[in-house]
Amino acid sequence: MRDVAVVAFAQSKHERRIEGYNEIEMMMPVVGELWERTGLSANTVGFTCSGSTDFLAGQAFSFVTILDAIGPWPPISESHVEADGAWALYEAWVKLQMGEIDSALIYSYGKSSPGDLPKVLTTQLEPYVTAPLWPDAVSIAGLQARALLDSGKATEADLAEVAVRSRGNAKANPKAQLAGDFTVEQILAEPYLANPLRKHDCPPITDGAAAMIIAAGDLARELCERPAWIRGIDHRVEAHALGVRDLTDSPSTRLAGQKAGVGDGKIDIAELHAPFTHQELILADALGLGDDVAVNPSGGALAANPVMAAGLIRIGEAAERITAGGADRAVAHATSGPCLQQNLVCVLEGEG
Amino acid sequence: MAKQLAAIVGIGQTNHTATRGDVSIAGLVREAAQRALADAEMTWDDIDAVVVGKAPDFFEGVMMPELYLADALGCVGKPLLRVHTAGSVGGSTAIVAASLVQAGIHERVLTVAFEKQSESEAMWALSLPMPFSPPLVAGAGGFFAPHIRAYMHRSGAPPHIGCLVALKDRQNALKNPYAHLHEHDVTFEKIEESIMLWDPIRYSETCPSSDGAAALVISNEAGGDANGNAAWILGTAMRSEPTMFAGRDAVNPLAGQQCADDVFAQAGIKDRRAEIDVAEIYVPFSWYEPMWMENLGFAAQGEGWKMTEEGATAMDGDLPINPSGGVLSTNPIGASGMIRFAESAMQVRGQAGEHQIDGAKTALGHAYGGGSQFFAMWVVSGNKPG
Amino acid sequence: MGIDLTTIPALADVEPVRSTKTPLHLDYEYTAGAASSRFLRAVKEKKLMGQRCPKCGKVYLPPRGACPTDGVPTTDEVELPHTGTVTTFCVVNVPFHGQQMEIPYVSANVLVDGADLPLFGLIQEMPAHDVRMGLRVEAVWKDDDELETSLENIKWWRPTGEPDADPSTYEGQM
Repeated sequence: MRDVAVVAFAQSKHERRIEGYNEIEMMMPVVGELWERTGLSANTVGFTCSGSTDFLAGQAFSFVTILDAIGPWPPISESHVEADGAWALYEAWVKLQMGEIDSALIYSYGKSSPGDLPKVLTTQLEPYVTAPLWPDAVSIAGLQARALLDSGKATEADLAEVAVRSRGNAKANPKAQLAGDFTVEQILAEPYLANPLRKHDCPPITDGAAAMIIAAGDLARELCERPAWIRGIDHRVEAHALGVRDLTDSPSTRLAGQKAGVGDGKIDIAELHAPFTHQELILADALGLGDDVAVNPSGGALAANPVMAAGLIRIGEAAERITAGGADRAVAHATSGPCLQQNLVCVLEGEG
Repeated sequence: MAKQLAAIVGIGQTNHTATRGDVSIAGLVREAAQRALADAEMTWDDIDAVVVGKAPDFFEGVMMPELYLADALGCVGKPLLRVHTAGSVGGSTAIVAASLVQAGIHERVLTVAFEKQSESEAMWALSLPMPFSPPLVAGAGGFFAPHIRAYMHRSGAPPHIGCLVALKDRQNALKNPYAHLHEHDVTFEKIEESIMLWDPIRYSETCPSSDGAAALVISNEAGGDANGNAAWILGTAMRSEPTMFAGRDAVNPLAGQQCADDVFAQAGIKDRRAEIDVAEIYVPFSWYEPMWMENLGFAAQGEGWKMTEEGATAMDGDLPINPSGGVLSTNPIGASGMIRFAESAMQVRGQAGEHQIDGAKTALGHAYGGGSQFFAMWVVSGNKPG
Repeated sequence: MGIDLTTIPALADVEPVRSTKTPLHLDYEYTAGAASSRFLRAVKEKKLMGQRCPKCGKVYLPPRGACPTDGVPTTDEVELPHTGTVTTFCVVNVPFHGQQMEIPYVSANVLVDGADLPLFGLIQEMPAHDVRMGLRVEAVWKDDDELETSLENIKWWRPTGEPDADPSTYEGQM
């Protein structure tokens, strides 16, 4: 494979509702920051790929107005995935592997505030017999959490510990929406939201955007003093119906992790796209992460969860830590679909 | 690392019609996918990854339906990617699938594009009440009609050209068993007398609204060699420009010109009209045939309509356009671009049946979308390059 | 290709379900955004406020907040007159969802004087077959007490009676 690295990453400040700004005004400054830092532009970057979804915006072809604002003139080579930006990164990485271009812009955005997010996500379910029952996204996650607890693999206190650590880590993340000091006891004393999930086990509803530049070989070294090299990236999907899979495990994450080479060396940090606390435990287990791995130093999706950008942000957060020198080898993960149906794993390394 | 060869070794499409009430969405995509697998003499197990494309999810009322389709498309444990680039999506999806092979990541990729417009209401999906913008445009026809008028004004094309295109495509569709419209009694007079929906666009010069899917199996070089009758990919290109901007030429968009320049350069084609044997072009309104002839460089500026008038674009012309009947006869939106790509490959493999162009060896597949700002194209050949 | 249901005895007498209906109702609260908000507030005051790109100098009406060719925010506000030129148009003979107009009617691209991109508008107060490229038109506004923060404040455009515009003034802006 060709050497390709994340050379720049930017994200908006994440908020429950970005007042007064539409998706364009939320996305543009983030992309603008990358142009400023790299000296690249919409026309000099080799490829552009974005990730978003119409159901979040409540509008068909919603990605078009954002692309228009990026200034694709003269015409650019460009594509869009109806998925988290992590899959846009994958498509761009594939393009660079073909060897004809050396750089790509990836961007994604999620303005979750216009609609009723848990209900919007219901429309992701099988449409003939499941979606008509209108199970909301939090209740579906609750089913998975219950299965995990009943399997004996985790306790409610384990879930609370994930929340305490994530929100604590988020205190050092200036972009985070939710941060603070909590204790396991405090959390366990709170009422259930969707038994066995409490409010603290769930992600916030977030408006936010993120963008990334990747580059190959010498260009990457030119653009960044310590690029975060993508040593492996792979994604896998599972069956859709919740009844036909073991919700307490994530075989697709395990397989993607193996393909991406997670086990080929020591992992310093992991950024896992686990919107719900119990999902972090399932993912860490599937990736075989030991106790010495710092999981979600950014606070993860529990600190800010802009749907369709939260996965790309995990990769960006991991890359930034490598670039800053705080980590040599990191694993980043993105998820999509109900109960971790689809998972992407990316292994990043600093040089030397 | 150099780009690797990729080839189309399996092609399938559904029978297209206004409402495929006999199948679910999963049933529809499986129909196309299974036909592609059968054509490739493969099973689900032979496939490394699946790439799905479709236009807005509101058409079916299902958010990211590829997640629900993972089981039906045999994806469990495999990579599944979903592309959405407006009306050009069927083409872009095939290009993304090809790139997975060309980059050396996978050996065999299945790609599927579909639209089941009958599951929801297309008019609802495209006209969700949006504040801040009054509903004046009156649908896609209302958007494109002014551009067609501008083309007619600019080129001096006689008004009957659009009817000629419609007659040709509807007659070609009679030779294509999968086509949605089979108008056995179509005549020039009937088309000319049909109601002016969006003047200058007549009813019979517009595409239907279809349910349908198309699928391709794209293989690496070894698989193409083993197949023995593969369509080799000589070039792929995608280009986008803004929807609207001051001075934009919506009749002859620069993105389309540059996309064509790129794909023909990759394919080593110099004299486009002489070297391309047949083309499947995205023509949802009849006048887009002459417009795209110019945009693609098959005709000089203002001369595209002459190709239509002279019969150059007919089945027996020197550059047959849309022998399948084209989008004018079949339009499952998200799949329409992939059908163009698939039909171009069918032609160079000699498997187009009654609408086969004799001896076709090199073909262009073309798709566009949005307000003519998104383009996707490929050139395929029955001869292995190199 | 399909499954032969007659081979499953338990389904022998079962009528297949041909379709199900699942009504989908989702509410969204849209944010106009800073640029559109300024435009819509002005439109309520019967003013047409375009925005000029600081790089290329082109004036966009309505403004989207960004220049589509330069990718930068459009910050300068420009007040534009209520007159313009029909660059191209179509005559609509088809009733469509939510439409309140009597057919046929003319949907036109109107290049407002001083703007560099036409906007969609209806042409009224003249026969549809007399509408032509280059026709000079002016905005017909709703009554003052009906004005809202919406471009629908312009009911339609009507001919000004001036001579047609020279093609060179609009041909690059269709």
